[in-house]
Amino acid sequence: MNSPARALSHAIRHPKVPGRPALMPYLMAGLHGLDGFAERLLEVSDVADAIELGVPFSDPTADGPVIQAAARRALEQGVTLSWILQTLRGLPRAPGCPIVLMSYANPLHAYGYERLLAEAEACHIAGFILPDIPWEESGEFRDLARDHGLAVISLVTPVTPPERLRMLTADPEGGFAYAVTVTGITGGSMDARQVNGYLDRVRGVSRVPVCAGFGIRTAEHVRNLTGHADGAIVGSALIEAVDSGLSEKEFLRDLREKYLPQPPQSTNSVR
Amino acid sequence: MKVQMDWEAFPDERGYFGRFGGRFVAETLMPAVIRLEEEAREALADPDFMDAYRGMLRNWVGRPTPLSHAPRLSEAWGAEVWLKREDLAHTGAHKINNALGQALLARRMGAKSVVAETGAGQHGVATAAACARVGIPCRVYMGAVDVERQAPNVRRMELLGAEVVPVTHGDATLRAAIDEALRHWVTDPQSTFYCLGSVVGPHPYPWLVREFQKVLGQEAREQIQELAGGLPDVVVACVGGGSNAMGLFHPFLDTDVEILGIEPGGRGMGLGDHAATVARGTPGILHGALTLLLQDPHGQVVETHSVSAGLDYSGVGPEHAFLAEVGRAIYETVTDEEAMDALAELCRLEGILPAVESAHAFAGARRYARSNPGARIVIGCSGRGDKDLPILQAWEAR
Ligand SMILES: Cc1ncc(COP(=O)(O)O)c(C=O)c1O
Repeated sequence: MNSPARALSHAIRHPKVPGRPALMPYLMAGLHGLDGFAERLLEVSDVADAIELGVPFSDPTADGPVIQAAARRALEQGVTLSWILQTLRGLPRAPGCPIVLMSYANPLHAYGYERLLAEAEACHIAGFILPDIPWEESGEFRDLARDHGLAVISLVTPVTPPERLRMLTADPEGGFAYAVTVTGITGGSMDARQVNGYLDRVRGVSRVPVCAGFGIRTAEHVRNLTGHADGAIVGSALIEAVDSGLSEKEFLRDLREKYLPQPPQSTNSVR
Repeated sequence: MKVQMDWEAFPDERGYFGRFGGRFVAETLMPAVIRLEEEAREALADPDFMDAYRGMLRNWVGRPTPLSHAPRLSEAWGAEVWLKREDLAHTGAHKINNALGQALLARRMGAKSVVAETGAGQHGVATAAACARVGIPCRVYMGAVDVERQAPNVRRMELLGAEVVPVTHGDATLRAAIDEALRHWVTDPQSTFYCLGSVVGPHPYPWLVREFQKVLGQEAREQIQELAGGLPDVVVACVGGGSNAMGLFHPFLDTDVEILGIEPGGRGMGLGDHAATVARGTPGILHGALTLLLQDPHGQVVETHSVSAGLDYSGVGPEHAFLAEVGRAIYETVTDEEAMDALAELCRLEGILPAVESAHAFAGARRYARSNPGARIVIGCSGRGDKDLPILQAWEAR
């Protein structure tokens, strides 16, 4: 019952600010230097409801220019999966929210699935987002993850057919469903009016909470998701904000507080 | 010695050749690759579609291409040398066999636009020509390094109506171009058709491209029997992603013919100095398939070097990884220098300027001839070298 996967679902269903979508920032591991990364991560973990921690890859085909550049920078600083796991294992205290590792297949494949999954829980990792390992290819990874109570997060998209959507969101140990809000790569801007119907459809069938991601940039975007998604994943906009001088914590507070004083929009008018 | 297998049994339903292959794509692309596989299976089994394709191969591409005896090369090498002349196919390389097939498939599927990547520019030119012929707009991603070293092909693509988009990030060669084409495809998977140029990528591409390129080996097998009265001792082809090689090899798999793939050894065997993926790679996942890759111990794909843009790629088709693993094919490397020497020799002795890619096959075949005197050798002359004048000039000036 208390598997890391279940704890992840729980953290998203019960965010730190109740009644609003859980906030899940995407952090590229080691982007701002290897030193100080652990502190940064812990600081964010006290504000966020979950963290999507990105493993940099040489060929990030699901990512737009901002995350591509972040991956390149992280690789130049020498970030590797081994270093990330070592850092997580050595955190001075437990993070304030669950961590989900986001990685393209190859760095995980090179490290070894079995070894990775055996070490994950000690690294505070509750689950995995695998953007280029679709359901059909994930059997081995999924079986190993299940043995350790870890979630393999399903991505669903606006073009996922209904039966497939049901299949992808049926596993109660799946942590959450990652509802990609745009047909495309990261870094665009979503159209709230277009996505709410789609998110409602995902939420209607999913046995795990639903987090929207791709193109979420502003407090308004997050506010518009209220009632349609259990969580909001923010990546490119966060990296841009940090590049312009904000801290992750400040940006996340803004995302929350800028919308807090405003009344929530009625869900009918958004559709 | 000969490996016996039912070669038609690969790929399996999941797109695997042994342990290589598969379908590692973003969820957004899954409906598109599943539909592509269904439609491709239907089309390839539809006599009307195949008749239209074969008719255009004959009357528009100029097939069958000749199998030329190379008398002076034979004499120089002490062997019996035959050339499968893809350099004489329309647009100048084997790439057109696949590009035409996929363009016809795109039209059949009702695609609104076609996207492609290109390294040497030959697949880009072939796709541009085929799309013009079937009437679908096309966009081609090409690494900025390749835009420069294969400049004549950029102009040709533009003349044929394609929009050429230089890719400046990553390694700015074929790998970055595929990355970018995949990113483009994922933004519009329902009405964009991705015309992939080699036997790489997610299932069904390695199978689909092989099926369209098999004509090369089928013709060669018939021609050599007719012209020489028997099968060759060996078939030799250069391997980038591996489409001309797989096209030539596949129809010979069930024979005793030796199969020799030649990879670019570049300027040396240090990581980053070559693109010898089968010879030096390790299993990994890139561009939709589990295959052999040139990568660091942390699973980061490394940059490669080859004098030839079309072979300068850190991955390879999964079926080649499989043929190497089961021992049905041998993969060797030749250096930039050896390839350029072979190119000059073919010009001098046979009056044929091959593509720098194809020159690798000649260099590999020459080595084979030395240790197998008198052997009957069929070499895939995958393309012509008109596009390579900038590379030849730079090579002379180095
Ligand atoms: C003439 C020629 N030969 C060979 C290749 C390599 O591709 P493949 O290995 O798919 O045949 C290319 C690629 O651009 C080419 O233009």
